[in-house]
Amino acid sequence: MTKKVVRINEATIRFAGDSGDGMQLTGTRFTEATAIVGNDLKTIPNYPSEIRAPLGTLAGVSAFQLMFGSSRVFTPGDIPDTLVAMNPAALKVHLKDLKKGGTILANANAFTAKNLKMAGWETNPLEDDTLNGFTVYSMEMSKLVGKALEDSDLTSKGIERTKNMFALGVLFWMYNRPVEPTETWLRKKFGKNPAIAEANITAMKTGYNYGETTEIFTTSYAVEKAELPKGKYRNITGNVAVAYGLVAAAKKAGKELFLGSYPITPASEILHTLSGLRNFGVKTFQAEDEIAGITSAIGASYAGDLACTTTSGPGMALKTEAIGLAIITELPLVIINVQRGGPSTGMPTKMEQSDLFQAVLGRNSDAPIPVIAAQDPADCFDCAFEAARVALKYMTPVIVLSDGYLGQGSGPWQIPDPKDLPEIKVTHPDPSARGEDGFMPYARDENEARPWAIPGTKGLEHRIGGLEKENLTGMVSQDPENHQLMTDIRARKVQKITQEIPALEICGDSKGDLLVIGWGSTHGSIHVAVERARKAGRSVSHIHLRWVSPYPADLKTICDSFDEILIPEVNSGQLSLLLRAELLRPIHQLNKVRGEPFRASEIENKINEILG
Amino acid sequence: MSETIQGIEELNLTRKDFVPSNEVRWCPGCGDYSILANMQKTLPVLGVKKENYAFISGIGCSSRFPYYMDTYGFHSIHGRAPAIASGVKLANPDLAVWVITGDGDGFSIGGNHMIHVLRRNIDLNILLFNNRIYGLTKGQYSPTSQLGMKTKSSPFGSIDRPFNPSAVALGANATFIARALDVDGKGLQENIKRAQRHKGASFIEVYQNCVIFNDGEFSDVENKATRPDSALFVVHGEPMIFGKEHDKGIIMKDNHPKVVSLGGDWSEKDLLVHDETNSNITNLLLEMTFDPLNPTPFGVLRAIEAPTYDELLHSQISDVIRIKGEGTLEDLFYSGDVWEIK
Ligand SMILES: Cc1ncc(C[n+]2csc(CCOP(=O)(O)OP(=O)(O)O)c2C)c(N)n1
Ligand code: SF4
Repeated sequence: MTKKVVRINEATIRFAGDSGDGMQLTGTRFTEATAIVGNDLKTIPNYPSEIRAPLGTLAGVSAFQLMFGSSRVFTPGDIPDTLVAMNPAALKVHLKDLKKGGTILANANAFTAKNLKMAGWETNPLEDDTLNGFTVYSMEMSKLVGKALEDSDLTSKGIERTKNMFALGVLFWMYNRPVEPTETWLRKKFGKNPAIAEANITAMKTGYNYGETTEIFTTSYAVEKAELPKGKYRNITGNVAVAYGLVAAAKKAGKELFLGSYPITPASEILHTLSGLRNFGVKTFQAEDEIAGITSAIGASYAGDLACTTTSGPGMALKTEAIGLAIITELPLVIINVQRGGPSTGMPTKMEQSDLFQAVLGRNSDAPIPVIAAQDPADCFDCAFEAARVALKYMTPVIVLSDGYLGQGSGPWQIPDPKDLPEIKVTHPDPSARGEDGFMPYARDENEARPWAIPGTKGLEHRIGGLEKENLTGMVSQDPENHQLMTDIRARKVQKITQEIPALEICGDSKGDLLVIGWGSTHGSIHVAVERARKAGRSVSHIHLRWVSPYPADLKTICDSFDEILIPEVNSGQLSLLLRAELLRPIHQLNKVRGEPFRASEIENKINEILG
Repeated sequence: MSETIQGIEELNLTRKDFVPSNEVRWCPGCGDYSILANMQKTLPVLGVKKENYAFISGIGCSSRFPYYMDTYGFHSIHGRAPAIASGVKLANPDLAVWVITGDGDGFSIGGNHMIHVLRRNIDLNILLFNNRIYGLTKGQYSPTSQLGMKTKSSPFGSIDRPFNPSAVALGANATFIARALDVDGKGLQENIKRAQRHKGASFIEVYQNCVIFNDGEFSDVENKATRPDSALFVVHGEPMIFGKEHDKGIIMKDNHPKVVSLGGDWSEKDLLVHDETNSNITNLLLEMTFDPLNPTPFGVLRAIEAPTYDELLHSQISDVIRIKGEGTLEDLFYSGDVWEIK
């Protein structure tokens, strides 16, 4: 039987199963194979915060979604075309999101009376009319892998575990992806346990062949390579990209990298990645808490390292006092907040953009700090690098805002040539900096940066600390005039960073009816929504803020060229409030705090509503 | 060793080198003055270059210390000095890093950092000024204040059971623990020397008199007349003898330390011998601290050798570099599955 190959431009797939079913891994492997084929893509994991919610329950469902295509892909997709449901609970949770007429691949063996009951299905949806209107491939995955691995030495439990590889194999066939990279990867991953590696490979190939030979499938899909700029690419998550950006900045600055951190979801992978890079001279310090994470970094910075600390919302709250210390001592420091849903510990595995106020304003006293926000996983590399560069140049802490969606989601990263990354010039004063009146630790260069004299330098002994310092000499001072002066200088210094911010890119016309302003990970959805609205003839443009403090110099001029402004944010309106104060004009808001990113359609609807 | 080894003569440092021009502003009579003077006297003879000292403190009267030392200094935030100092030492292992802290700073707000820096055995020297009170915030009870103590925040007497800081240090497996008295310059200097030379986290608890809010807290050991009978100065390898006439000693009886008079039934060879490498002895000395029947022990209570975190970190870095080669950005960027768009 010959099977049809249908060419499509893009596809969105969601893998869903019990948290023990290996859906994150399956999704990641599909992503890698898709990246290698040359499609553009974006991914998003979605998993419960409990490590092992009870088996088969709705709370235990773990999912992974990706969208890939032959043109630029800006989001992990609004609604999946294909849903892989490894059990009834997964089907129950995700069916409502599936596209009308979409495809369902289900593991029929998991649809037992017990599992159905736990998921709240009264009858078996694979066998009644529930799924009418969808294309359903009900496969006995557990049984099929059982048969294929009859002769293996694995226990029956071990064999059952390989069913996710079977599902992956079927999808590889369906979307014409190569199996070899996963084969190689499995052999490497289970190097010490070749029996497991081979069993998984067999399961995957069984799935692939099942697609090829059984009669239930008649069609497979081809998605052509995307037309991305020429170059070498790899797939990268935002968290790994942050780690790489920091390592790159340290190399370019000729500095050793120090990370002081305490594990927290969804930021931990940055600590994991950096701790594996000892051969890059990276010093990771898993501190006893977030406070020690940031203060150890402040100490390392004082002693001359490029220092950073990584965390998520609640950890950021703990670091607050120390951020003030870094501000008043004017030491370079990169602080990364991979935001999650809050308040308090909130929703650890869900994304939100609600720490903007905290980043920009959340400290005692007048304590301005530069804040840069990444807009997609690959951009996390650039933001981390840029934050380090600015921190070193201006002698200031810098906050990088990422979020769970960027940190754990992935997309292709055009690998930069290290030679093309900007050099970061760092100077430490030498004994000659000691003048007639001694060394002036709070003297300033043209960027208002103070000299970074590091302990061990003869003749420049001096004291810094959290008490207000006298201008120039750095002596403790409670003088009112001096406090006003120092407060003004610190603010001016942060304001100066405006000179580092390139002109805003306007997607669309430079004037018109509506300007959509975004920041952070909403970039993709806003971009797609604005493009769609423009195609429909609407006068709408988009700008995206990477630096949210200070604002880009041209922000106001651009805003002045539009009648209306819309700010979509995954929070209750934080940038909207800040920009109303900055621009002194009304702003439309679109807000959502559901632990999920925007769908492009939600933004598109809002654009249409405003433009009438 | 953290210090750059050089001949002490060659460095040619004197006390004056460590005295800055600014004014010292503790209350007249505060025990902090003596501690400062003894530090300034001791540093020149340790063989460390002046610019290689870094004094890191938290917040409290005692934490103003770095301003009064003409070296590198960092007066930070309440309780966090051990963590800041850890970063300093890991970034630059050549520095001789001192942590200056108070009982409130180090054992209330900073208790967590304190136990972990000791546990990790980072090569730092921690000088705890224990005045059993909060000085800077004007006299509230601290985690070392005695039960029943009346202060501004405990007008009916404190109902908090106190910490014995050196015992906490032992609990955290500190490799060096010493106790000193602000008024005993000789003992203090000896401890400072030993701590600086010790490889690993050194913890010195100094009993410090706060003349304003807790004057006389340590009067029995501070007072020259009563000290010989109420303080026991221990020396490694020597029997535990004290008393004005060197006529008293410590023996073990029914598994407890007990004071005996020498000369009659007891002679020196019956006495307990101090062994700073034996944690049972250290523990025994620590238990004597609050016991009215026993003298308060001072001196180096414990000193053992153990690998330091900073050494382990740097040797792990060199080992991984030896095995994997020094990482380049190309290696890093190309460590995943790469494809090319031509
Ligand atoms: C976060 C924070 N909380 C509280 C304080 C107020 N505070 C300053 S010093 C101090 C206690 C200091 O006591 P101790 O460490 O015993 O030092 P001493 O002044 O007795 O030398 C307190 C509570 C502060 N500075 N920061
Ligand atoms: S309040 Fe007490 S500890 Fe503080 S300076 Fe005065 S005497 Fe010293």
